[in-house]
Amino acid sequence: MDKQKYLELYSQMVLIRRLEERGAELYQAGKIGGFMHLYIGQEAVSTGLIAARQPQDRVITAYRDHGVAISCGIPANQVMAELMGKTTGISKGRGGSMHMADVSRNFWGGHAIVGAQLPVAAGLALGDKYASRDGVTICMFGEGATNIGYFHEALNLSKVWTLPVLWVCENNIYGMGTAVGRASAVSEIQQKAEGYGMEHERVDGMDVIAVYEAAQKAIAKVRAGSGPRMLEILTYRFRGHSMGDPERYRKQEEVKKWEEHDPISVFHAYLVENKKATIKELEDIEARAMDEVQKAVEFAEASPEPSLDTLFDNVYVEEV
Amino acid sequence: MARITMREAISQAMWEEMERDPNIFILGEEVGVWGGSYAVTKGFYDHFGAERVRDTPISEAAIIGAAIGSALTGLRPIAELMTINFAFSAMEHIVNEAAKLHYMFGGQFVLPLVIRAVGGGGRQLGATHSQTPDAVFAHFPGLKVVSPGTPADAKGLLKAAIRSNDPVLFIENATLYQLRGEVPEGDYVIPLGQSTVQRTGKDVTIVTYSKGLEISMKAAEELAKDGIEAEIVDLRSLRPLDIGPVIESFKKTNRAVIVEEGWKSYGIGAEVASRIYEQAFDYVDAPVVRVAQKEVPLPYNRALEQSALPQPADVVAAVREVL
Repeated sequence: MDKQKYLELYSQMVLIRRLEERGAELYQAGKIGGFMHLYIGQEAVSTGLIAARQPQDRVITAYRDHGVAISCGIPANQVMAELMGKTTGISKGRGGSMHMADVSRNFWGGHAIVGAQLPVAAGLALGDKYASRDGVTICMFGEGATNIGYFHEALNLSKVWTLPVLWVCENNIYGMGTAVGRASAVSEIQQKAEGYGMEHERVDGMDVIAVYEAAQKAIAKVRAGSGPRMLEILTYRFRGHSMGDPERYRKQEEVKKWEEHDPISVFHAYLVENKKATIKELEDIEARAMDEVQKAVEFAEASPEPSLDTLFDNVYVEEV
Repeated sequence: MARITMREAISQAMWEEMERDPNIFILGEEVGVWGGSYAVTKGFYDHFGAERVRDTPISEAAIIGAAIGSALTGLRPIAELMTINFAFSAMEHIVNEAAKLHYMFGGQFVLPLVIRAVGGGGRQLGATHSQTPDAVFAHFPGLKVVSPGTPADAKGLLKAAIRSNDPVLFIENATLYQLRGEVPEGDYVIPLGQSTVQRTGKDVTIVTYSKGLEISMKAAEELAKDGIEAEIVDLRSLRPLDIGPVIESFKKTNRAVIVEEGWKSYGIGAEVASRIYEQAFDYVDAPVVRVAQKEVPLPYNRALEQSALPQPADVVAAVREVL
């Protein structure tokens, strides 16, 4: 990996972190509505994973999607504007926090019902296979989604049809407030891939390079036609499940322990120790991220609200 | 024009469309090697091959989810649910995905998707396999819901559904598969969202669709013997609902009976009656009467089952009530 790539990954992780922190403030200030699920702590997952894709590779995820949106290349402006429900938002203010997508960047959402995106991902991959394109569909989901039927139907179908899907479980240990051991028959989610005859690997999700390298290998294998496979990426969210989470289900010591493995700090130390970047360079990146987020907030605040007479736009493609 | 069955008309529509556009493919349980559990796709697998006529596992969520995903990539899937009763296992993908994706992502996602599902009672299949839950699906904006009552309409509407860039649920009634009628050959397309008058008359308006059309036609013949001429308006599409021809007919007859196979409560008849009262209140000469399925899970016993389903005699009685 060249120096530029390292810096890009760092830059993206910091941008996601700052965007999420600012989002939390704006939510508290009442400028963002609805449900909002922050990606803080999990930045290395979307960053490392999506950095390993080719432009023809599709990405689809669940509702914790701001970080994924940034990793797919959606400008912070459009993410922030969507959070504020503005017309300049990536979903024109119709989707909100949980429903961001950008077809032009091969990002297929932002699906807010747990596990629902998995069968859709199988279909995206089927589309590429049917048309003999070499794209891989990267489908992200939480460990909580592996307990719902859609997961099992989709994994089974993808194997039966040898679909080019990389199933990526972001295991952040909690499905809302229920720890994986209390909800899943096996806490090691990758074991579930065994039942579908799929190869799998468990990866440290606090280490962006580990995620990147594992993703690169896995995507190449799927692209080569070997069928679907699974990555289980171990990670942790430092904030609550959503903005209204009293966090009675875990102790602050546990959170603090994980924060010692903050993916941004870990990567910072790695870059400096291995002389991939200077502290000054990283500080500059951090300042630019702050600036980008500030500009995004200003852009979103200055953007117009959707006109009420556009309420019925896009219910259907065709006039009815 | 050939005189063919509803089953043949549906099959013909898909066959011709698949010959026309290689992006159209079929997926579902037993659609391929078996030839369709109702034989609608008989011969397709041998002609179009396994890639375009795809047998699936018994996984309704995966069938509809995969159909949605493939539609997003530009394909035009026809997903067959073996019966509409199994649609409940795919409800998430029909309701929360198919009906919403275009809107929710600001118009970016386009889903040229058809879901074919057969429903209806009267075949002694018991409560779980005999439902007519059309109104449930017609409730959701973003979805189009179509249900033909004649072979010609089946062909024309299915072709329109396949060519539509919106998700369409195409509901067939199993007891109509053997119904015969004249069907135009070749490129015959009926736009979605257009009601039509299937029988003209001056005394009463019967509003119906799908199986209800057959029942209403029989009732109209009975009534004609007594000199009562019923006008029958066939909705054909439940969403979007074209109420215009209903209102036009009602303004002429001032009396209406609505016939549906589904349950009466919160049903198609409730919707149509409301629209009549809203849009033609000054023309009402008698309360609108609804003929529908009795409010029970359909029983297996033949006599019990038939007593719960709307019959031509019920329609005749309802018409006499409004006259």
